[in-house]
Amino acid sequence: MVESENIVAETAEKIFADLADAQTINHDKHGAWKAPLWQALTEAGLPLSWVPDDLGGSGASLAEGFSVLNVAGRHAIAVPLAETMLAGWLLTQGKITSPEGEMTVLPAGPKDRVTVGADGSLSGRARGVPFAKDAKHFAVLASDNGGISIALVDAAKCRIESGVGLGGDHNDTVTLDKVQPVTTKSAPKGFDQTTLMLMGGVVRSLQIAGALESMLDISVRYSNERVAFEKKISKFQAVQHNLARLAGESAAALAAATSAADTIASATSFDNDAVFLEAASAKIRCSEAAEKGSSIAHQVHGAIGFTIEHILHRYSLRALAWRDDFGSESYWAVELGKLVAERGADELWPLVASR
Amino acid sequence: MTAALRFDPIRLPEKCEQLRKEVRAFLAEEIAAGTFDPHAPNREDNDAPEFSRRVGAKGWLGMTWPKKYGGQERSFLERYVVTEEMRVANAPTRRFFVADRQSGPVLLKYAPEHIKMDILPRICRGEVCFAIGMSEPNSGSDLFAAKTRATKTDGGYLINGTKIWTSSAHIADYMIAIFRTSPPTKENRRHGLTQFLVKMKQPGIQVNPIGQITGQFEFNEVVFTDYFVPDDHVLGEVDGAWKQATSELAYERSGPERFLETYYVLTELVRAVGKNPDTRSAEGIGRLVAQVHTMRRMSVSVAGMLQAGKEPVVEASIVKDIGTVWEQQLPHRVRDLAAFVEETATNRETLEKQLDFAIKTAPKLTIQGGTTEVLRGIIARGLGLR
Repeated sequence: MVESENIVAETAEKIFADLADAQTINHDKHGAWKAPLWQALTEAGLPLSWVPDDLGGSGASLAEGFSVLNVAGRHAIAVPLAETMLAGWLLTQGKITSPEGEMTVLPAGPKDRVTVGADGSLSGRARGVPFAKDAKHFAVLASDNGGISIALVDAAKCRIESGVGLGGDHNDTVTLDKVQPVTTKSAPKGFDQTTLMLMGGVVRSLQIAGALESMLDISVRYSNERVAFEKKISKFQAVQHNLARLAGESAAALAAATSAADTIASATSFDNDAVFLEAASAKIRCSEAAEKGSSIAHQVHGAIGFTIEHILHRYSLRALAWRDDFGSESYWAVELGKLVAERGADELWPLVASR
Repeated sequence: MTAALRFDPIRLPEKCEQLRKEVRAFLAEEIAAGTFDPHAPNREDNDAPEFSRRVGAKGWLGMTWPKKYGGQERSFLERYVVTEEMRVANAPTRRFFVADRQSGPVLLKYAPEHIKMDILPRICRGEVCFAIGMSEPNSGSDLFAAKTRATKTDGGYLINGTKIWTSSAHIADYMIAIFRTSPPTKENRRHGLTQFLVKMKQPGIQVNPIGQITGQFEFNEVVFTDYFVPDDHVLGEVDGAWKQATSELAYERSGPERFLETYYVLTELVRAVGKNPDTRSAEGIGRLVAQVHTMRRMSVSVAGMLQAGKEPVVEASIVKDIGTVWEQQLPHRVRDLAAFVEETATNRETLEKQLDFAIKTAPKLTIQGGTTEVLRGIIARGLGLR
């Protein structure tokens, strides 16, 4: 992303550099860094970047917010910044004012459903909800007979089964049993769960791309420091070629994610093939890159990268964990494959070339 | 950051879409007229000089060059559209492709004015075919090991030696080649090679075709025996070809031809599985589409940076590395999925024929124009590892 052209991303970068240094965080067993970081992010208006002023946010553009997420990925940020941004964005679609504090969205996967009862209460179960345990409110997408609603829900009214994801962050199951929301509004026309999953997928894609940039960075640095067989391991051709492949995966993830973000930032609606191709492709390709890239980063680091003391796992495991949120790459590949088949062989190239 | 790789989300400008329509309409007419079969991927077998002239007449060759040399002064992004549409359609581009992509730009930069005025307009009209004389029997990736000599004589040079794996040499009118004018120095083993413009189809040049595993005879051995090249055919600095060879590589490495070479099998697979694919086919197709989309977005991004006057050497090498590996694996992935295609699929035979050809083509894709190993070395240097 282009930091110099984006003051919002620059602000985020500065906050992360000051308050979320990977070494410091990695050695802090009690999470004392979390509160000051969240406070600084909140003071800068970043968690509610995508919420306009009149709905309680800071009114940054979609493009600016996407840049922040790429930067957050580079720092493998373990507070619910992306989740709160996404929740604020979802509430804004329903013209609901965002509250202060940490939020997350549910459902966080394409198969889970929350439904609206006749009395306006919400019921359903959402699995794999990132940071549910840390959130004060949930932004919920719910369906009733033929309609889609967006609701703000008090987290304390839901049952939360705590879990820990691959990256070490909260990844919880949230059950709503006739929960009365704080507010419910109808979703705008054409907005549905697929829309939320596509947007969430692009958010995760940008974070994965950022984490891969950092994995490349620290792997290159390590290879230029570590000596084996009396020379720096960066001088071995096998290591060089592995790092070149990591650069390729990092580049592919960055290109796919920023292209999808750019598409959404300038689209008038999610309901078209171009957005679907871009967003689904980003999630698929970034997830594939997470697998290939993190395995190379670990290979370059050898045993030290497998230790809890080393920072590599902060990036590698989160990149792998993020693959599962808002539809895995397998899920999106099936959906994209179905769309391509439905349109027919002779429409495939025109679709690809339209981007 | 040690590695600040840039792949900005550059889009083709609106005017490209009008051009794309024109190219598609032109290609549809050519297909209807029987010039080529879009389902037959062995387009290299189809030498189509008349087609080349018609492409030239459209103004689609040398598009980015100055008008005084027959060019159109259009952007690299417009050229990109023409290139990708031709490639996806399996159009027979061999007559003009090398001249348009590579040889023309070298002449523009290094040839004397009278040669530019003579040859460039003919490239733009689609009248001349170029070959590139780089590899030799003992010099492939190690370009600077070239031994074919250019010995100074009155008014020019005498060439003796052999070039090999030279695509299209048997139909080419010209070759741009590097020859040894001096021995390498202790300090610089790259010293001593000079770039020349060579007129083909002359006494002193013997072209021997070499059969390929695809059954094609698309590359050649070219033997020079006391072949005379005049002084004004020297391109650039004598003994200094190594300074010139790298600057154009970004153009050569990142184009659509670097990931679309076997694309046709994906189109045909989609046709074969029909409207309601099973889960396995849908997932396989979805992944391949996501991958080709990403490759293209990377490639367009590099084209946009080139248009903006930047030199994204590492990014271009990354595009060729992962693009050629992808297009090499593509027929195998499509074969995996094709195993489940119904016997009744009407294009089954076409798909099988295409797969057969693509699988045979695949090995060359990571060798030609800079091997994967060389590219990864360049990327590693860009990362600060060398």
